[in-house]
Amino acid sequence: MNRGRPLRFAPLLTILLLIGPVGAGVLGTLAPAFGYLPALGGVSVTLDPWRDLMAWQGLWPAAWLSISTGIGATVISLIISTLIVAAWQGTRVFAFVMRALSPLLSVPHAAAAFGLAFLIAPSGWISRALSPHITGWERPPDILITQDPMGLSMMAALVVKEVPFLLLMTMAALGQTDSLRMRMSAQVLGYGRVWGWLLAVFPRVYPQIRLPIYAVLAYSMSVVDVALILGPTRPPTLSVQVLTWMSDPDLSLRFQAAAGAVLQLGLVLAALFAWRSAERVVARLGCGIAMRGHRGAGGDAASRGVALSLAMICAGAVLFGLGALTVWSFAGLWQFPDLLPQQLSLRVWMAQSGNLAAATKDTVIIGVAATGIALLLVIACLEAEYRHGLRTSGRALLLLYIPLIVPQVAFLPGLSIFAILTGVDGGIAAVIMAHAVFVLPYVFLSLADPWRAWDQRLGLAAQTLGAGAERVLWGVRLPMLLRPVLTAAAVGFAVSVGQYLPTLLIGAGRIETLTTEAVALASGGNRRLIGMYALLQMVTPLAAFTVAILVPSLIYRNRRGLSVSV
Amino acid sequence: MKDGLHILELEIAQRGRVLVSLDLKIAPGEIVTIMGPSGSGKSTLLSALIGALAPEFEMRGHVLLNGIDITDLSTRQRRIGLLFQDDTLFPHLSVGANLAFALPPTVRGKGARMARVERALLDAGLDGFSGRDPATLSGGQRARVSLMRTLIAEPNALLLDEPFSKLDADRRTHIRAFVVDRVRQRALPALLVTHDAEDARAVGGRILDPLGREISL
Repeated sequence: MNRGRPLRFAPLLTILLLIGPVGAGVLGTLAPAFGYLPALGGVSVTLDPWRDLMAWQGLWPAAWLSISTGIGATVISLIISTLIVAAWQGTRVFAFVMRALSPLLSVPHAAAAFGLAFLIAPSGWISRALSPHITGWERPPDILITQDPMGLSMMAALVVKEVPFLLLMTMAALGQTDSLRMRMSAQVLGYGRVWGWLLAVFPRVYPQIRLPIYAVLAYSMSVVDVALILGPTRPPTLSVQVLTWMSDPDLSLRFQAAAGAVLQLGLVLAALFAWRSAERVVARLGCGIAMRGHRGAGGDAASRGVALSLAMICAGAVLFGLGALTVWSFAGLWQFPDLLPQQLSLRVWMAQSGNLAAATKDTVIIGVAATGIALLLVIACLEAEYRHGLRTSGRALLLLYIPLIVPQVAFLPGLSIFAILTGVDGGIAAVIMAHAVFVLPYVFLSLADPWRAWDQRLGLAAQTLGAGAERVLWGVRLPMLLRPVLTAAAVGFAVSVGQYLPTLLIGAGRIETLTTEAVALASGGNRRLIGMYALLQMVTPLAAFTVAILVPSLIYRNRRGLSVSV
Repeated sequence: MKDGLHILELEIAQRGRVLVSLDLKIAPGEIVTIMGPSGSGKSTLLSALIGALAPEFEMRGHVLLNGIDITDLSTRQRRIGLLFQDDTLFPHLSVGANLAFALPPTVRGKGARMARVERALLDAGLDGFSGRDPATLSGGQRARVSLMRTLIAEPNALLLDEPFSKLDADRRTHIRAFVVDRVRQRALPALLVTHDAEDARAVGGRILDPLGREISL
């Protein structure tokens, strides 16, 4: 097939969309970090922004918070997701766990963080459920649970969101390894199920989930929205402080903010380097342990129990959190320690309907447009791969992960300066393009496998019947792949709905989505309002997933050959 | 001019090893069988004839169809029908829509197109199957629909890639006769590749290996 020459350029265009904004953004952050930003009077290169940054008393505690919470959340998420797969893969319980955890992927981080806050806060649902009978509390206790100085609650929110992500990535990797047979081989030799999996399968799976793990590490170290909701405040994490300086009316603080953003980038790169080094150490230790031949058969029952409990805690935290958000949004008078409000009311919904509708509309427009752009480029890339026999190298895959690994806070401030200089800031189009940068990698990762797994003989059959490349694409391949295409679109839409920093910075604060509105409400503490926005934030992506499931089921209700397994 | 399929000094090699070497003319209505074990180059030959040879193979020679050199044409321009080992019915389309997909655009008008589809189904003994989901058909029915879909595209030659190998013995005899009848009826030059001696014997005609040597059964 040699038709569709413009398709040849799709991979290049896609790489430009991914790398261009990141590169421009990092440059736009580096220049002011060294004093150069003519628009604000910075015309010479100087280390003053760094001196100002170093002079800030909270710098090292803030930097340490980023490191400890980021690495902590990543290690815990990896341990939990690995333990779940090692203990339960191939069982009915595992299928149940996957069904319970998969929907959590669509829940934006901010909404999950709010939900968790509503559960664990001193006046949250857990405290209410235990009071006054068990705790004896008649009033919410005066203890710092959310926004704790060590960032533990923030880490917990990150963990409940990252476990499903890593689980899904592990499952995708398992499809390419002979995992069940490997584990069986270990078990036949007398190894315990979990121990055998860890020694025989995990070393094969890990290289394939390395990039997603790096993305989780970079994200957890530099997250802003979750840190604003659950993170400590004095000092906050470094990324939150950078945002505070960026948003300050005193524009001279932009230089300091840029220096902080560059420091954040440095911290992430150092952590990634340390993680890579630790991988080698762990691999060597693992080999040593495997050589000793210890069978580890005794720990299976306990490991399985722990894994299942942790999975249920993750799922429960988000699902009960969702429940808490829902109840709060409809709550009338709700005194502590009542488990439920004395009355339910639509008052807040009615009062806010105009704002809600506007924020939902912008959220949907941005999400649909960004997903559309991403989907178009991804399909063009995959089709180019098919028609021109191109192959995706490991390096190309790394490029795909760059927007996920370079912290948003390190390049979005720079990109926003570019946007201001070129006059495109504050417009919905610029926000859509910024969202597309983050949506595209997820759409690609979601669609690439089913696209490549499509039986190419069907395309050949269509060609021998006289169909050209375009007709094969539009008449055969896309209709057959409708389900994975819509699922990838739903994933992309969910990613867009959850974006906070790109909307805030590239939209210059003038574009209001459900996420920016919800996070903005965090400091106010109006739980009814927060509940309402966070609930809609959760429901919007879920609606997209519902469409992705229902539409193919309806269209192909009489096509057994396209049932879910296809 | 119905001149048949002329495979002119065709040689296909992989890393220097010659897999296929043929100089062969197949007359309209004739079925030639290429027989050999798996991996002997049979499917590679078919890929070359439809213009879908993988880049790791080197090919020399020409393919002429009804006197026209089609060696450099794209798959869809060659007008060579191919019946696969497994049927390749499109699962998202009904039986009728699968046939309509193959019908040339020169047949205009919904009524005329549907009439052609119905006629093809009638010819295959599948009258009234137009709205059916291909996944609900039996193996034999799917094989017949596949053949009719290939023929309705009005090809100038037909390639058969072990199309009977997955059918049970009863259906196999029936479908084989059905295919041979249609090939002769439409005076199509046809090339069957198989590793099964019974199939080769049953269709009649010359039997060669991929290197062009005659095989007598």
